[in-house]
Amino acid sequence: MKNFSIAKRQVDQISVLDISGELDAHTASQLENSLKALIESKNIKIIVNCAKLDYIASAGLGVFMAYIEDVRGLGGDIKLSNMNDRVYNVFDLLGFPTLYDIVDDERDAVNAF
Amino acid sequence: MAGTKKYTLSVDSSTKHLSEVRDFVAEHAQNVGLSEKDISEIRLAVDEAFTNIIKHAYKNRPSKPVKIEVGVDSKKLWISIMDEGESFKPDEYKAPDILKRIKNKQRGGMGVFLIQKLMDQVQYNRKGTLNEIRMVKHL
Repeated sequence: MKNFSIAKRQVDQISVLDISGELDAHTASQLENSLKALIESKNIKIIVNCAKLDYIASAGLGVFMAYIEDVRGLGGDIKLSNMNDRVYNVFDLLGFPTLYDIVDDERDAVNAF
Repeated sequence: MAGTKKYTLSVDSSTKHLSEVRDFVAEHAQNVGLSEKDISEIRLAVDEAFTNIIKHAYKNRPSKPVKIEVGVDSKKLWISIMDEGESFKPDEYKAPDILKRIKNKQRGGMGVFLIQKLMDQVQYNRKGTLNEIRMVKHL
């Protein structure tokens, strides 16, 4: 069953991933592949727009943990935007808001680059 | 015990069953009138427990048995998840240092911490060759 999808857009120099559905240990590899492809092609200014993300488990957060150092080391960042309260709560429980740029709106993330 | 209801679901140890397991537990949580917040916390706790069984108890070997039991009485809802793999040793578990893990490009180790935060009571039992994690939410 496919309950997760990713669409990629470009906003000037910034790559935006729109993620939808449920991100868990089963679907995390899709996000991982998309992030890996961006980094390999030197697209290191990345926004992950979570407006349509209904659910996240720690396996999903693990993907962000695995790549943020590489991206920042290259002078870029992975910024997260438009999370609903339930999804934000999971990031918050694990202390991510002090380590990641998590903003209400995609425009704030674009302006922060 | 009078007034106790139990529901069970048996699946094999594959992440493809994660959404089915979450939905199964959420449905029963909904039926007893738990809040949306409680239900989403239960979904996540069960997801993390099932994922840990696949990854750690069964070391990603597929087709191993996992049984999920939801029980309800007048005071609480509980979820027991049982496996026949390697048992988890709660005494050896340390809460993750996320910053350190990021620096080391590590991931994982967050599930047990989340389960403890999300549920009112968490217990690990070993019955013969069977491991059980029992998670309780008070009504």
